[in-house]
Amino acid sequence: MSFINYASREINCKIVYYGPGLCGKTTNLQFIYQKTAPDAKGKMISLATETERTLFFDFLPLSLGEIRGFKTRFHLYTVPGQVFYDASRKLILKGVDGVVFVADSQEERIDANIESLENLRINLNEQGYDLDKLPYIIQYNKRDLPGTMTVEELRRELNTTNVPEYEACATTGEGVFETLKAVAKLILIDLKKGK
Amino acid sequence: MSNPTLVMYDEEFQEVNEVIGRLLKEANAKVIFLVDKNGQLISGVGETERFDTTSLASLTAGNIAATGGLAKLIGEKEFSILFHEGEKDNLHISIVGGRVILVVLFDNRSSLGLVRLRVKKSSEELSAIFEKLMKKSEERERRGSSDFPFAEITDDDIDNLFS
Repeated sequence: MSFINYASREINCKIVYYGPGLCGKTTNLQFIYQKTAPDAKGKMISLATETERTLFFDFLPLSLGEIRGFKTRFHLYTVPGQVFYDASRKLILKGVDGVVFVADSQEERIDANIESLENLRINLNEQGYDLDKLPYIIQYNKRDLPGTMTVEELRRELNTTNVPEYEACATTGEGVFETLKAVAKLILIDLKKGK
Repeated sequence: MSNPTLVMYDEEFQEVNEVIGRLLKEANAKVIFLVDKNGQLISGVGETERFDTTSLASLTAGNIAATGGLAKLIGEKEFSILFHEGEKDNLHISIVGGRVILVVLFDNRSSLGLVRLRVKKSSEELSAIFEKLMKKSEERERRGSSDFPFAEITDDDIDNLFS
C-alpha cells in the first residue's frame, strides 16, 4: 500500500525481500546501501541477533528521484528467514507494494526455497494479498557458488508463474541493482494503473 | 488489496498539522510524529530535525505491529497505547482511528498524565480528519478522477529514474 502525499509531493512504496534463512536478503540490502549515494539513502536499520541473523527486519529507505514533480521513495525491508520467526514475517508483509523472492541456488537449499515460497503465499493471503497480483520477481542468488542448480531447474521448481527472474551474487553485488530496478519498475507501472 | 492507498491532500495535511501543533504546545512535548501503520511518516512537528524521522517511523510501525501480534496472542484486539520510559525522554505511542500512529516524545517538563489527557482529545480530532480523508479518496476513486499523479507517466519517465 503506497502512500501518496500531495502536500509534500511524495510517493512512498514498500518492497519486501523474502526467502529462506541465509539466502542473502540482508546482503542484498547491504550492497544497495554501500553503493548508493549518501543523499539518496537513509540509515540502514538491522534488528538482528548477536550472530547477525535477522531477528525482526532490516530497513533501508531509498529515494530514487522525481517523477512528474513527485519524489519517489522506496522503503526496502527484509524478513527474518528462519522458519520459527513466522509471526514476525507476517507483520513485515503488511502494506507491501512489491516482493522480491531471494532464492538460494544451492542444491541442498531447494526444499527450503520451496517451503519459504509457500510460506510467502500463505502469509500474503492472510493479509488479503495475492502474490500473483502483486509486483513480484525472483532472484536466484549465490550463482557464484559451486554445486548450484541450473537456472532452468530453479525456474521449474520456483517460478511456475513465469515472473521476471534475475541471477545474482549478492556478496559481489552482481544482479542486485537489476533486481531492485525491476521490482521498483513493476510497482510504478502498477501505480500508473491507479490500483 | 487489503488496504487502499493512503492519499494525503493539502487541506487535510494542514488540518492534521494544526492538531498536532496544538497538541505539542498543550502537552508540553518535544516532538510529535504521525506515522502510517505501514511505517510511512505522515507528518511531524517540534524538534523534528534532531531525529532520523524515517527510521523512527519504520521502527514505530514495527513496534506497533509486534505488540499488535502479542495482543492477538492473548485474545486482545490491539494495545492502543504504548509507553516507553527513558532516563530523560519518554515516548507515548497510540493508535488513532485504527490506522495511524501518534508518537509523542516528551521529557520531565511534561508528565505522562498530561500527555495522555491531551492525546485523547487530539486523537478524536485526528480520527475525524482521517475518516474524512478516506471518504474523499474513496469518492475520487469512484468518480474515476484522474488527478492521480501517476496516471499519465510514461515508460520513459520510469526508465529515467534509473538512468
